[in-house]
Amino acid sequence: MQANQSTELLFEISHAGRRCHRLSAADVPVKNVAALLPKEQIKDTPPPLPEVGEIDLIRHFVNLSKRNMSIDTNFYPLGSCTMKYNPKRHERLAALPGLANVHPLQLDASCQGMLRILWEMQSILGEIAGLDAVSLQPAAGAQGELTALLVAAAYFRDKGEQRTKVLIPDSAHGTNPASAAIAGFDTVDIKSNDKGIVDLADLNAKLDERTAVFMITNPNTLGLFDTQIAQITKLLHEKGALVYLDGANMNAIVGVTRPGDFGADMMHYNVHKTFTGPHGAGGPGSGPIAVRSFLAPFLPAPLVAKDGDQFRLDYDRPKSIGRVRSFFGNVGILLRGYFYIRTLGPDGLRAMTQNAVLNANYLLARINGGYEVPHGHRCMHEFVASARALKREKRISAMDIAKRLLDFGYHAPTVYFPLVVPEAIMIEPTETESKETLDAFADTLLRICDEDAECLHQAPHALDISRPDEIKAAKEPILRWKP
Amino acid sequence: MSYILNTADDQKAMLEAVGARTLDDLFYNIPEELRLKRPLKVPEALAEMELQQLVAEHAQKNQVDDKAVCFLGGGSYDHFIPAVVDAVASRSEYYTAYTPYQAEASQGSLQAFFEYQTLICQLTGLDVANASLYEGGSAVAESVLMAHSIHQNRTKVLIAESVHPEYRQVLQTYAANLPLQVQTLPTPDGFLDPDDLKKHLDENTLCVIVQHPNFFGCLEEVEAVGKLTKSSGALYVVSFDPISLGLLKRPGQYGADIAVAEGQCLGNPMVYGGPYLGIMACREEYVRKMPGRLVGQTVDRNGKRCWVLTLQTREQHIRRAKATSNICTNQGLFALRAAVYLAALGPQGLRETAELCLQKAHYLADQLQQIPGVALKFHRPFLKEFTVQLPGNAAKTLERLLRDGYHAGLPLGRWYKSLGTCLTLAVTEKRTKKEMDGLASALRKAL
Repeated sequence: MQANQSTELLFEISHAGRRCHRLSAADVPVKNVAALLPKEQIKDTPPPLPEVGEIDLIRHFVNLSKRNMSIDTNFYPLGSCTMKYNPKRHERLAALPGLANVHPLQLDASCQGMLRILWEMQSILGEIAGLDAVSLQPAAGAQGELTALLVAAAYFRDKGEQRTKVLIPDSAHGTNPASAAIAGFDTVDIKSNDKGIVDLADLNAKLDERTAVFMITNPNTLGLFDTQIAQITKLLHEKGALVYLDGANMNAIVGVTRPGDFGADMMHYNVHKTFTGPHGAGGPGSGPIAVRSFLAPFLPAPLVAKDGDQFRLDYDRPKSIGRVRSFFGNVGILLRGYFYIRTLGPDGLRAMTQNAVLNANYLLARINGGYEVPHGHRCMHEFVASARALKREKRISAMDIAKRLLDFGYHAPTVYFPLVVPEAIMIEPTETESKETLDAFADTLLRICDEDAECLHQAPHALDISRPDEIKAAKEPILRWKP
Repeated sequence: MSYILNTADDQKAMLEAVGARTLDDLFYNIPEELRLKRPLKVPEALAEMELQQLVAEHAQKNQVDDKAVCFLGGGSYDHFIPAVVDAVASRSEYYTAYTPYQAEASQGSLQAFFEYQTLICQLTGLDVANASLYEGGSAVAESVLMAHSIHQNRTKVLIAESVHPEYRQVLQTYAANLPLQVQTLPTPDGFLDPDDLKKHLDENTLCVIVQHPNFFGCLEEVEAVGKLTKSSGALYVVSFDPISLGLLKRPGQYGADIAVAEGQCLGNPMVYGGPYLGIMACREEYVRKMPGRLVGQTVDRNGKRCWVLTLQTREQHIRRAKATSNICTNQGLFALRAAVYLAALGPQGLRETAELCLQKAHYLADQLQQIPGVALKFHRPFLKEFTVQLPGNAAKTLERLLRDGYHAGLPLGRWYKSLGTCLTLAVTEKRTKKEMDGLASALRKAL
């Protein structure tokens, strides 16, 4: 079934005089607009938006939706993104008018239920982190990183220390150095060793009194828990620097170990990943941060405070860095995270982690040999395979594998990241997949690397489109429709 | 453990394949002394029905809808959301997908974002829009980072005090460790006086930022401010209200170089402040300095039109410390909602929505001004929000009005020391004459 209507743009199906939404007539005396607004401020004609009827609008967007792969339709082992099932109960509950229709600036007394949930979420995230204070404000993981680095900068300024450097492993997400730059720090790359973890000699060589923060992802983007973590945090602390944990990979450790217990001073969560907010084709996320008590005064305002049985927003934080966004935070995602944690409970959270790690290890065991896995035979919640040998021997690249997987109904893993592995294929199955799904996926992966190289170069074959010309897109950018 | 499919037998078989004896063995890389030896102190698991009861109980305690009529604004508004918006956004093919890195498997989202970008260009009268930022406040901050990468030698940022106080605070926070000086220009008469602006403009001015209509609800002198800003060589940044563009001139028409907005009003629920939608549009020449994702049109190997993420060399996953921004995950689902909303309204619907807000806000302002001691604070044209002065402390009055069933407005004293008796009210197309008459009579009694 080919849905041709959906490939037309809204603007191409626009038909003058049609409309979908109609408004009620004014129930107040109507004045002449020209009497209310100065002539020079008014535009005589409204913006040239498309004009479509309701069924056209619905058919358009429903048909378009069918041209997406999603968790609800396909296995989606996109490494580093934790594409686990998004429970339907969350959608129903988050849409309750008593939650969805709360205005962010209504008086505390009029939203005690909301404040209570958020206050609980603060303490739950503190407990899971093993850290003392939590800000739910950051809108996404990257904003959480920035917030924490601004907190670190304010802390050192308060102490009167001049620290200008942030150290970042070469396997880190690109957001780490980008956030550090906005926070005003110089970034210094730390090498990974042949085991895929932090090269201690390199860290030692670059660590000094100018170091403010070491940002570590643990387990790292190779899916490896850095066994030297206690030693690393000790080194940093001896130099008076702080340790930041990029919590993108929390799905590997919740309930098993805690960042605060292994020496991190601050961290961010990706609530949409670990606690399953729907990823929304690119967002929203939510990136709360947790910190040790000595950093708490610098957290953004407000936090939720509890006095007796009353909850309130606490803005009285004189040392606070300020705020990184308007209003409270990405509450809709925080609510879903709260629902997930309340559904799982302590045992369920630990089982989540154990099964995420079991699924990843099982998949690794199934494909190891067929694919090279440069950093060992075991992993945490994800692992990175490499198509380096396939490329050398059969001219099959990581991209070819990714594209061919689409033909078999699988969303591709993350490819070409982390940068430290050539032809990287980063696979994260999550705990919500079954053994049968993993087996079928492993069979497919193994079958693909035996396929004819030309077939792979031309993949995908079975989708609406073949590979897009990305060079043309960047060289002659067309970023909007024009009549 | 509702969502785990592995049975005990599955686990046994899988552990065997892995070469591990127990689940705990899988964590052999985590030193024993660093492991948590007790269960997490979080509440015990709830079944779906228990969870629903608990959450409904909490939700009950929030005064919304008919329990307290909403006259609150300040960037978050109780506009009507047509059912088509929820219908489309609840397609899980959209909401359970992620960033469209694999274009062939994401044409639905990519095309929808391309349409969103186009709709924002049509709305703003500017050339390019990105595929979304977080919300209105960080969009202002991002616009300044962007301006700074366009004019690297200029460092002074001028922002009107009539811009949303939280947006200004976000900007201060983002700029704290960067070589930028943020200067706030007072707006005692409820708008930025172009003559005042003139005194502060110089060769070091990076950009001028106004909000239109501003936090008090007043319209700014956007054309005059634009001309002055241009003449100093600085960039002109405008934070606009998308709904207002059903009536008001578009940022591109009065010279904005970068236009940003809070897009919550475009079909997104208020949900206590987020997720919302950061809108950003700019002139073509600045596109390579823009933060965030951009979707571009191209062709596949068979020449078929299709869409991809493009100009990614601006972004953190390629450029790392030198990226235009650190943003990765954006607000995709809310950009989709905004696209459906704008298409559902169309030009006429947007016009009528803006006009209804205008008419109703003026009706309420008229009613309130008839109450002894209540007056409009500023003598400036307004659209859907306006500021009144009360005879006494506005915060106290608000508590009283809440008991009568009204979220009556924002007490400005919270952000502006000199405006402790002032209240800013927002009136959307949803407010009825009955609700407004009710508020007026409650206020009369409260004073």
